[in-house]
Amino acid sequence: MNKANKPGYYGEWGGAFIPEVLYQTFCELNDAFRQAKADPAFWQQYVSLMGTYSCRPTPLTHAENLSRHFGGAQIYIKREDLNHTGAHKANNVMGQGLLVKRMGKTRVIAETGAGQHGVATATMAAKFGFACTIYMGEEDVQRQRPNVFWMEKLGATVVPVTSGSKTLKDAINEAFRDWVTRMDDTHYVMGTVCGPHPFPEMVAWFQSIIGREACGQIKQQFGRQPSRVYACVGGGSNAMGIFQGFLDNPAVELVGVEAGGKGLDSGMHASRLAARDGSAGVAQGYKTMFLQNSDGQMMDTHSVAAGLDYVGVSPILADLWQQKRVRFAAATDAEVMAALDLTMKKEGIIPALESAHAFVQAFKEAGEMGPDEAIIINMSGRGDKDIFTIAHAFDDPSWKEFIRKKGIAYGA
Amino acid sequence: MELSSHIKTALADRDRKILLMTHIVLGYPSLETNRQVIEQMVANGVDLIEMQIPFSEPMADGPVIVKANQEAIEHGITVRACLDFAREMTAAHPIPFLFMTYYNILFKFGVEKFFREAQEIGIKGFIIPDLPPEEGEEFFALSSEYDIAPILIFAPTSTPERMRELTRYSRGFVYCAARKGVTGRQTDFDEGFNAYLRTCRANTDLPLAVGFGISSREDVDYLTGKADIAVIGTRTIRLVEEQGAAAVGPFIAGLR
Repeated sequence: MNKANKPGYYGEWGGAFIPEVLYQTFCELNDAFRQAKADPAFWQQYVSLMGTYSCRPTPLTHAENLSRHFGGAQIYIKREDLNHTGAHKANNVMGQGLLVKRMGKTRVIAETGAGQHGVATATMAAKFGFACTIYMGEEDVQRQRPNVFWMEKLGATVVPVTSGSKTLKDAINEAFRDWVTRMDDTHYVMGTVCGPHPFPEMVAWFQSIIGREACGQIKQQFGRQPSRVYACVGGGSNAMGIFQGFLDNPAVELVGVEAGGKGLDSGMHASRLAARDGSAGVAQGYKTMFLQNSDGQMMDTHSVAAGLDYVGVSPILADLWQQKRVRFAAATDAEVMAALDLTMKKEGIIPALESAHAFVQAFKEAGEMGPDEAIIINMSGRGDKDIFTIAHAFDDPSWKEFIRKKGIAYGA
Repeated sequence: MELSSHIKTALADRDRKILLMTHIVLGYPSLETNRQVIEQMVANGVDLIEMQIPFSEPMADGPVIVKANQEAIEHGITVRACLDFAREMTAAHPIPFLFMTYYNILFKFGVEKFFREAQEIGIKGFIIPDLPPEEGEEFFALSSEYDIAPILIFAPTSTPERMRELTRYSRGFVYCAARKGVTGRQTDFDEGFNAYLRTCRANTDLPLAVGFGISSREDVDYLTGKADIAVIGTRTIRLVEEQGAAAVGPFIAGLR
């Protein structure tokens, strides 16, 4: 059979490389998803939930000061930071929550890197009354302690994962290990457009709400479509979300920005597509471009942003990259901190470290464009919740002093 | 000899009511230890050995084997070294050896190249837990061409229809996962388990291997008459960790 006609394939990428024990579970999940997707009432229910429980539609903000600063394109920011729980992750999670209710399951599990998807899943579980276990790499538990606090307060059990590199990919493996043990009552809420089919399609569908809104909003505010749309890419869910609003219009250039870490030549980054280090592979249930060695062992990745610190990338984006429909770039940790600083000072807006990667590339290009052009940056999440990480990344002396004093107070 | 006839011969000729298959993680704790462990296994009557080529993302394995995979990679094991070691083992020991690994190892090596080399080495079968028939067109075509048995896995969640479908792709024997979950945890041998094994038996003509949580003579006794091969995985890895390679021989000898 031609791979292009095979369900769950995007060009040569994707598929469902799953152990036999999950075969039946995936049959059921595929059925439930297909029925929900074909049912207009389901999407309506989803939109209405996101309008009352989260803050959808999220605004599109004209960043007038930044536009003036760069003296080129009009910069618009899609404000996914204004979602409940502070990031686009809420879209996918609430959608899957509705699906879990339809399937009659009572427990959800999820992986989390930055903790955003974990917090969003714990929130959804609390609202829908599901039991909830979150798998999080031990290294991320250390990096993102405040999110662990919130997950636990929301009623979830957080399990630190000590195998492998102790980051996102290991949390995914561990979530699968849970699922193969308890598939009867449990749904795995995959957080991004990766993993075995139907997850990439499902998560992209729920996230498409971003692009649908943005497409209408830019027309209304600017009068026509943008020249370029920028989004950061870890697994790729926020990027797929906004890109889907513009994929059909070849005049809109789509730009995905990966984690450049300490530089693409440093070996310490998470750029699967923008760097030359990625190669085709099969892991975590799907085929895509991975950062792996010549034996096929996954490598350690690095980014200042835990949410981008991942070895694989969406099979849908790998295909769009191969087709040259989406251009890929990388932003280094240092560039990210500078863009974050500028955005705060100029606009009073605090992007998450992940989102700031998209700002970096937009800032590099905005000045070369005309003032009659518009660009959209997808601000996937807000940064103020990551105060510990961001303050640390800025190496802020007064913050450190505060933490020291707190430490002494707790020690006493 | 083809794998399934080898198994049938072994079951008939040696008057063994059940065969033993053991599991080795290559490079853990070292190839030298693997060599000693395999020698003891063969000397004490193990019938088949599956050698796991380590992978950084062993999704279907439990904590003990996950740690073994990880440490073997950290200590520098390579696919090349695994193949060379396998060549040495097949030459040294008269029993069938299989490779167990995850699909990316083959994919990255080149699937056909991997089959060709495995055939040269004399490997009899492959167990690839993350490669369902739906994704394995190339793999299954090559397994016929190179005469290496693809060992598929039945799970307690597999329906009879699914088992028949899987059987169409299998050769050698079928690996029945004794329970849901990953490797290395105890299995309850209850009526549900017996019913599951009966369903497996009814839906394939191939010999049945049972693995996941098999760790004692009692377990092997229990399986005798119900299955053709008992698979000992995590238990011997733990034994080597705790008591060293020399403990493996007596342990295997005491299993049946």
